[in-house]
Amino acid sequence: MAFLQLNGIEKYFGDAHVIRGIDLQIKAGEFIVFVGPSGCGKSTLLRLIAGLESVDAGSIVLDGRDITLQPSSKRDLAMVFQSYALYPHMSVYQNMSFALTLAKVDDKIIHEKVERAADILNLTPYLQRTPKDLSGGQRQRVAIGRAIVRAPKVFLFDEPLSNLDAALRGQTRVEIANLHRELGATTIYVTHDQVEAMTLADRVVVLRDGKIEQVGTPLELYDRPANQFVAQFIGTPRMNVMPFKDVEPLLELLDLTPSEGGFVGLRPESLSVAPAGAGQLQAKVEIIESLGAETLIYLRTDKGVQIVARQTARTPLHVGDAVGIQADMSQVHVFSDTGRVQRSPVTTAS
Amino acid sequence: MNVRKKKKVEMRNVIRVTAAWVITLLLFFPLGWLFLTAFKTELQAISVPPLVIFSPTLENFHEVQERSNYLQYAMNSVITSVVSTLLGLMIAAPAAYSMAFFRSKRTRDILMWMLSTKMMPAVGALVPIYVLAQKSSLLDTRTGLIIIFTLSNLPIMVWMLYSHFKDIPNEILEATRMDGATLWQEFTRVLLPLSLGGFASTGLLCLVLSWNEAFWSLNLSAAKAGTLATLIASYSSPEGLFWAKLSAASLMAIAPIVVFGWFSQKQLVQGLTFGAVK
Repeated sequence: MAFLQLNGIEKYFGDAHVIRGIDLQIKAGEFIVFVGPSGCGKSTLLRLIAGLESVDAGSIVLDGRDITLQPSSKRDLAMVFQSYALYPHMSVYQNMSFALTLAKVDDKIIHEKVERAADILNLTPYLQRTPKDLSGGQRQRVAIGRAIVRAPKVFLFDEPLSNLDAALRGQTRVEIANLHRELGATTIYVTHDQVEAMTLADRVVVLRDGKIEQVGTPLELYDRPANQFVAQFIGTPRMNVMPFKDVEPLLELLDLTPSEGGFVGLRPESLSVAPAGAGQLQAKVEIIESLGAETLIYLRTDKGVQIVARQTARTPLHVGDAVGIQADMSQVHVFSDTGRVQRSPVTTAS
Repeated sequence: MNVRKKKKVEMRNVIRVTAAWVITLLLFFPLGWLFLTAFKTELQAISVPPLVIFSPTLENFHEVQERSNYLQYAMNSVITSVVSTLLGLMIAAPAAYSMAFFRSKRTRDILMWMLSTKMMPAVGALVPIYVLAQKSSLLDTRTGLIIIFTLSNLPIMVWMLYSHFKDIPNEILEATRMDGATLWQEFTRVLLPLSLGGFASTGLLCLVLSWNEAFWSLNLSAAKAGTLATLIASYSSPEGLFWAKLSAASLMAIAPIVVFGWFSQKQLVQGLTFGAVK
């Protein structure tokens, strides 16, 4: 049986229906990431699990115990907030030991646990400081330390890296991944950053408008998106999705007719640039982004659709050059006119 | 900075400092006059032109003490203001807590309504409150005054605490709940330490307001529960005006709160400018 079960969760804020029937089973030790655009309800769903908002319908079962109506303090969950929410009037040591002090744990055990957590997080030299004397990265680690000292059933992270600069974010992401590997604790992590989702998650839950669009491992979502939204949300640059009428030369190869209506999806790496006249589509180069390890070529087809191709080799092309586009037809995604997937690549890209 | 600019800045400072002194003296004048008069004889007090240099006497203080029991009035003032302030804080804190951290659609309206009660002239409620106090035998009792002081200061207390609480990020309190704190622990271990300044300034302000309160104490109390405000008022009574004694009584009435205010200036200013200056 699942460790944490969400059954038909609904939430309204006034007239706004923000969570629309969420069903989700999470296994013990899993690292789950909720991802989606702003306003999709991912943070709200996390707060419902935390008990910081009340559920309007449905139930939450944790380790066989129905916690739907339990207050946050009785749920045995720990949360790392976006703003860290450290107690400004307490030292790092007091911040980390607060939960155990409230639970009246023996001082010696508290000391041991805090020391160990501080050791893992490299916080030992800062234990007597107050949060205002710490850097952003250190505060972040205190917030994580406060959570791990308690050894809760589930860790909840609410966009914990969004206040850090890019370099520190990458580093902390690796630290969180290591921490999860060492502690093996069940974790739910909310982010709008799909790179965090792809790198950290055992399974990713993609949300939109309060509903789950797809649940799967990062590569499942990348290779076999269930619909156009997930296909375009996961992966940078976004998957090229083109209406049938604009890519007629491709349709013949797929045994489809333009009258059926629908969309063809191709990842940037499934497209390559060919000499003008060759390939299935004709286009002009609009922008070239040379990133060193890879080159992104933005093209405008003769039907006026903008598409992007990714290649590892550098390019001799210039803006305005006429080129052909060669699509790898084994990697084509086909979506119905409502956006549901109809065809996924037979073999996954290597 | 060149010389001309420097001179301009200096000039501006001189004007500012002078203006500040003029205003301060203007505000201080009645108090200074009160202080001087308290040490004059009745005759010196009404002499024209007014005497500035005279040999001071303590006779007035002696007479005030002899005619009325100063200590009893002072005790009434201390008890009514301290108890009403503590009681008010106990009622205002939970109200402000719910308004600051669990806002609803009507929170703003409730706050405005509470404030609007302070805009009504107190005398408008005099008759019903007098009758209520009389029927419940609370006339001329400290309990009666405490209830009235508490209720009349409550809107200000809720407003002040509310604005202090609003500066505390909700996430910190949520973290407290996630850490397993009960509501009481959340309050005592996190909210109270974080808003100690707010509690201090709110308490101090209400203490001063209750101490200086005259309207209700004059109307609802007399010899038994009368506060220092009623003591002062008794010197401008049927027997005629006794300026020197009135001044002496006033000085004795305001002295404790002035000394108290002097030591708690910082908190008071913080409280009075709440929200405006951070």
